[in-house]
Amino acid sequence: MEQGPAGASGAAAATGTGGLLLPLSETEQQRYSELFSRCCPPPEAAAGGSSVGWWTLQHWEVCGAKRVGYFGPAQFYIALKLIAAAQSGFPVRIESIKNELPLPRFMALKNDTDIRYGTPAELHGVKFQTPHSTLEKNSYKRTDEGDKQEPNSPPMSPICSPPASPSTYQRIPVSYGYGKARSGLEQQHGAPYEVRHSAHQQDGPSSGNYGAKSALTCSTPNRSLSVEREQQDSSTHYSDDPWRITEEQRDYYINQFKSLQPDLNAFISGSVAKNFFTKSKLPIPELSHIWELSDVDCDGALTLPEFCAAFHLVVARKNGYQLPETLPETLLPEYLQAASLKPMRDCALFDSYSEPLPGSQQTRDFSRTEKSSTEEVPDNSALLQDGKKDDKQALKVSTTLKTIPKEFQHLTVKTAAQESNALRARPRSRSYSSTSIEDAMKKGEEPPTPPPRPQKSHSRASSLDLNKIFQQNTQGVRSGWLPPPPPALPPRPSVSQTEQPSEVDLHPQMNRPSSQAEENSSAKKEVVLTQPPSKPARRKLRTEAQGLDTPEVSPTINVTSSLPAAKAHLPVQKQSSKQKRAIQTAIRKNKEANAVLARLNSELQQQLKEVHKERIALETQLEQLRPVTVL
Amino acid sequence: MAVCIAVIAKENYPLYIRSVPTENELKFHYTVHTSLDVVDEKISAMGKALVDQRELYLGLLYPTEDYKVYGYVTNSKVKFVMVVDSSNTALRDNEIRSMFRKLHNSYTDIMCNPFYNPGDRIQSRAFDNMVNSMMMQVC
Repeated sequence: MEQGPAGASGAAAATGTGGLLLPLSETEQQRYSELFSRCCPPPEAAAGGSSVGWWTLQHWEVCGAKRVGYFGPAQFYIALKLIAAAQSGFPVRIESIKNELPLPRFMALKNDTDIRYGTPAELHGVKFQTPHSTLEKNSYKRTDEGDKQEPNSPPMSPICSPPASPSTYQRIPVSYGYGKARSGLEQQHGAPYEVRHSAHQQDGPSSGNYGAKSALTCSTPNRSLSVEREQQDSSTHYSDDPWRITEEQRDYYINQFKSLQPDLNAFISGSVAKNFFTKSKLPIPELSHIWELSDVDCDGALTLPEFCAAFHLVVARKNGYQLPETLPETLLPEYLQAASLKPMRDCALFDSYSEPLPGSQQTRDFSRTEKSSTEEVPDNSALLQDGKKDDKQALKVSTTLKTIPKEFQHLTVKTAAQESNALRARPRSRSYSSTSIEDAMKKGEEPPTPPPRPQKSHSRASSLDLNKIFQQNTQGVRSGWLPPPPPALPPRPSVSQTEQPSEVDLHPQMNRPSSQAEENSSAKKEVVLTQPPSKPARRKLRTEAQGLDTPEVSPTINVTSSLPAAKAHLPVQKQSSKQKRAIQTAIRKNKEANAVLARLNSELQQQLKEVHKERIALETQLEQLRPVTVL
Repeated sequence: MAVCIAVIAKENYPLYIRSVPTENELKFHYTVHTSLDVVDEKISAMGKALVDQRELYLGLLYPTEDYKVYGYVTNSKVKFVMVVDSSNTALRDNEIRSMFRKLHNSYTDIMCNPFYNPGDRIQSRAFDNMVNSMMMQVC
C-alpha cells in the first residue's frame, strides 16, 4: 500500500541528500516505508520531530534533517540506512550507506508496545568498537553546535560515549511505543536522556533500576536522571575530577609544608611560599593567579589547607590543566580542613557529598560545563576510556607528582632551618614595609645596640661633637693651651697598665700617690676641677685597690704577698667593681668635658672682646681719615 | 557607576587604568593625567597642617560639563582616580567613598600577593572583576 509513496520517496531520498544517490533496494524500500508508517500513522508525508524523539543526535545531523527541520521520509530512510550500516559495523557516514546493506534490525517490531529492555546479546558488542569512536566524535561535534543547547547534554556526552551505540539501537524499538508519549517531551531532552539510560544499561546491576525508571512521566525521568547523575558523579569525581586531592597527594603536601614550617597550625609567609613556588618554574603571572585563588583570607600567608590548594593547583597546571577562574569547591580551605579531619577518603567524600549535593548540583554542573569548554574534556574522555578507575587517575597524578618532587629537592635543610628561624622570629601581624627575611632578622639585631650608648654619653656631651670642637679650637684659638682631657686620660690607663705588671703591693701604693700627684697636677691646670678630680681620684683609689687585686690574682706566681681576705671577695666583686669603675670613669670624663667647654667658652668670650676693641679702634681710625678724603 | 577608574603609582605612572569602552577612550586617559596635578595640589595643601590626619578621600577634584573626577590617596602615595558621568546625579558622596574603599581593599589584597612586585602593572583577575562591577554597564 505504501509502494507508491515509497517509490516517490526513494527518489526524494536521492535528492534529499543534496545530490547523493541512494539506491534503495526494493526490500529496503518496503521495509522503510513500513517503519515510516509505524512512526506516523496519520497519512502525513512528514513525521513530526517529536515522534522520532528516539533518534540519536548524529543520525539527525547526517541525515540532514536539521536542514529540513523535520524528519521527512527521505531523511527517515537515510536514517534507517545509517542504522543498518552501524549495525553491520560500518561507520556512521553518508558514504557507508551507499552500499547495499542488510535491513536494519529492530527488536521490538514484533512487539512494539513491549517496554522490556532485552539483553544486548543480539547486538554485536565487539563490532561496535569502531563505531564508538566515530559516534563519540559525532556526538562531540553535535554538542559543539549551538543548535540544540541543553545544559545536560555536554556533561552527559563524555559519560555516555563508550557504550552508546549498541544500546541506542536497543532503545529504538522500545521507544517506538514511546514515540507518541514522548511527544510532550522535548527532543533534546529525550535524546541525551535516552543515551544516558543506555549508558547505564551496560552496567549490570543498574539495569534493574532502569526498568523501574522507565516510566513515561516527565518527573520520574528527571528524578532518575538526578539519581543516575549522582552515582555517575561520584564515580566520575573519583576518576576524573582534577581538583580533588587524593590521600597520597595530601600527605605529600603536608610533608612539603612541614619542610617549610614545622608547625602545622602556623602559617607560611608570603616570601617563603614565593621562593618555594617559584621553583616550580611556572610563569609569575600564573603563580600570582594561583596565589590569588588559594589565599582565601588574603592575609599574605598560607595555612595548611591553603597551601595544599595552592600546591595542587601548581601540580594541576604542570599537568596541563587550565587554571580555573574561581577556586573549585574541593580546594576550598573549609572543605580541605573537613576532609583532612576524616581519615577515610570515602567517608569524606560521601559526607561532603550529602551536604552540598542537593543544593550545589547546579554549580557542579556549571563547573562541569566550564570544564567541558576547556581542554579538560579530552582529558576526561581519555581517562574514561581508560576504564573509569580512580586508581588509574591517582596513579597518573602520582607518577607526574614524582617528577615534581625532583624540582623541589632544592629545599635543603639549610634553607628550611633559615626560614624556620625567620618564621619564628617574624610576628604574625607583620608591617608591610618589611617582607623579606633579612629585614626581619635585621630588626632583631637592632634593639641590642642602643643600650650601650646612653651609658657612655652624658646628656650635655652627647649633643656636642668633641672632636669638632677640638678642631675648631686648634683652628680658631691660637693659644698654646692644650686640651686637658687627653693628657688627663692617659695617666689613668697608664696607671692601670703600670699597675698590672706590678708585683708588689708597694708598687701600687707608690703609684697611687704618683697617680694622685699627676692628677693633682692636671687638676691644677683646670682651676674648676679641684674638687671633682679629687673625689674621683679618691673613688678611683678605692676601685684601684679592688682592681689592683684582680690583676694580681691572675699572675699568681708573681704575687708575693696579697691580701688573702680580698681574694675571697675578688671574684664576687670583680664584675661590680669593673662596672663601677666604668661608670665612674664615664662620669669623670663628662665632668672634664664640661670643664673644657666652660674654659673654651670663657677664652672665646675674651677673644671676642679683644676683637671688638680692635674693630672699634679701626673704625675710629677710618672715621678720622675719612673726613680728610671726602670733600 | 564610574566611567573610568585608574590606579596611579607614587611616581605618577599608571598601574591600572580601565574605562568604559566608548569611542575616544584617550580622552579619559588625558583627564586622569591632568587630574594628577589637582591631586598633588590637594596633598600639599593638606600636608602642611597635619600629615598624620590627612584624609585619604580627596573628594571632587574638578568637574567638567560631561563628567566629574574624584580622587583618593593612600598613605603610600598611590592614587586612585575615578571619572564619573555628570548626568548620573544619583551618585552621592557616600557612594563614591564606598567605591574608593572597595578599591583600596582590593589593592591591599593585591599587595598581599607575594608574586606582585610593587610598581608592576596590576594584572589580577579579582581586581578586574571588582573594577568591572563598579563600571557603568554600557551595552
